Amino acid sequence: MSKQQALPISISGLTKVYGDIFALNDVDLEVQSGEFLTLLGPSGSGKTTLLMALAGFTRPDFGSIRFGEDEIISMPPHKRGVGMVFQNYALFPHMTVAANVGYPLKLRKTPKAEAEKLVADALETVQLGGYGERRISQLSGGQKQRVALARAIVFSPRILLMDEPLSALDKNLREHMQIELRHLHEKLGMTTVYVTHDQREALTMSDRIAVINHGRLMQLDTPRTIYERPANRFIAEFIGESTFLQVERDGDRVSFSGTELKTGALPAAGKLALVVRPERLSVLDGPPTPDTNVFSGTVRDLVYQGDTVLAYVTLADGTDLTVRAGTRTGEPIEKASIGDRLELGLKSADAVLIPREEA
Amino acid sequence: MSIGSEARANETVLLKQSRREEWALLGLASPAILTVLIVMVLPVGWLFYLSFLADDGSFSLEHYNRMLESKAYGRIFMTTFEVSFLTTGLCILIGYPLAYFLSQLSPRMAALCMLTVLLPFWTSLLVRTYAWLVLLQRKGLINSWAIDLGLWDEPLKLVHNLNGTLIGMVHIMLPFLVLPLYGSMKAISADYLKASSNLGAGPSQTFWNIFFPLSLPGLFAGALIVFVLCLGFFVTPAVLGGGKVIMVSMQITSNIELFFNWGAASALGVVLLVITLAILLAASRLLKLDNVLGGGH
Repeated sequence: MSKQQALPISISGLTKVYGDIFALNDVDLEVQSGEFLTLLGPSGSGKTTLLMALAGFTRPDFGSIRFGEDEIISMPPHKRGVGMVFQNYALFPHMTVAANVGYPLKLRKTPKAEAEKLVADALETVQLGGYGERRISQLSGGQKQRVALARAIVFSPRILLMDEPLSALDKNLREHMQIELRHLHEKLGMTTVYVTHDQREALTMSDRIAVINHGRLMQLDTPRTIYERPANRFIAEFIGESTFLQVERDGDRVSFSGTELKTGALPAAGKLALVVRPERLSVLDGPPTPDTNVFSGTVRDLVYQGDTVLAYVTLADGTDLTVRAGTRTGEPIEKASIGDRLELGLKSADAVLIPREEA
Repeated sequence: MSIGSEARANETVLLKQSRREEWALLGLASPAILTVLIVMVLPVGWLFYLSFLADDGSFSLEHYNRMLESKAYGRIFMTTFEVSFLTTGLCILIGYPLAYFLSQLSPRMAALCMLTVLLPFWTSLLVRTYAWLVLLQRKGLINSWAIDLGLWDEPLKLVHNLNGTLIGMVHIMLPFLVLPLYGSMKAISADYLKASSNLGAGPSQTFWNIFFPLSLPGLFAGALIVFVLCLGFFVTPAVLGGGKVIMVSMQITSNIELFFNWGAASALGVVLLVITLAILLAASRLLKLDNVLGGGH
């Protein structure tokens, strides 16, 4: 299978209302040609509705979807020519593996010899060469997943949609498939829209992540920016672990419990909260560097998790901070026990401020 | 590696316990086993025995010989299979679209429409059969309305023949086809149809390539039930056939009621039972084959 021309997707003003719930609320999204874009959100956020609207299985109330230059909003699903991998694979149980993969070619009246070659190639691509005559019921979960993928790419669609394709696999296989899907995308180069609720999966696989909640696009950025510069509290909580500290703002200066903080750029006007990621805090055992903010508190609880230790530290004003530290021998956290006082350091570059939302 | 006696702690106690549970389960099943024995196995065995007795009480094959020699018996079996076959075919033609329609409705609408299928099912068979007689007879509702509307001039012979028998039997058998078929259609995941559509199949291609093959096990199951039930059917052909449609069950009745010939009646029953079992066996082989073809569905 050769790399071929991918199509960009342009979504604007897309809205779908169920009863009085906005499944999609005025979504604007540009998916670049050949990009791996992940729609990330909790269940009920509207990410699947968006994917189904792209595939043509959900009819939006209004808005526009263009594949390249063509408006496809009212085009029936079977004419859209997009590949799709379903969450439960949706492999036809009454057909062999080869018949499943060859189905889109049969519908396109591809000559038999050519179709057989394409099917063999597609199965080879997903490392299932020689499995053509197997029954679907004879396959393991991971193999079904690969067949579904082969079926979705065999007719060289220019857009590939995936609806939580790895959610049914166990953890090891899932992580293995994440890397494999990534490589496959690099090899085939088709524009890919991937839906997941697993933030780690989104961070691992995507060129860009679109975070969706309540039918709205919350933030669209690279995985690193999404993680390190979350736009709001929802994103900071949904992706990675965070503690939020209420900070005081006085013009360009920000302070916590009366101590001025060294931070990165400030958002526009308004009340602020400091996002503290557990792994960005360090346990200090000497004088801090000049760009380090220091918080001191008492260890309330320690949880050993193998690769890391979680320490819950209560600050003077009663707020809890969570620290995650590696368990390498000699780390300062090793000496800590419950009730000890700890000094925690947060580099100014890691001190991210977000608008404070009054609950 | 041998397990020493010290590693076999409590072995006898545990073995006794599991034996006790097996006996308890058998005890629970015994009323059912006893009932089947008394009302099924013994009478069938008795009939089997009777069918090999001549009128003077000696062992003979005369009843079976008569069946082979007499053309009338052959005709009766042919009629039985013809009626059963036609009824099953008509049930499929009417029942498949009906089940498909029901399977596409919302659950609430489907329940409502299912009621219209089930309501006649819950009504007495005799009542429904006589109702058809009223509707179909020479001066019945259908003929008089059709003549009033000018659809046909002379009353049509709708009853007391094969037509009437088939109309009545299809009506009575339809739920037996629709229920299993509906169940198997509901079990077809909408995702298969979406996947087919996504891969480029229009609605009719998706129906014939995906939906229809996946509904076949339910269709076979329903058709088999209908066919086997038809083979032994009595009331409807007796009432609506007007003596022109003689099925095996009716011949059995007349053998007993008119000729008091239990031997001949038993032999007919045995032959019908054997044929029915043979069909069931062949069909279950076929169905199992289909399950294999159908994979893990």
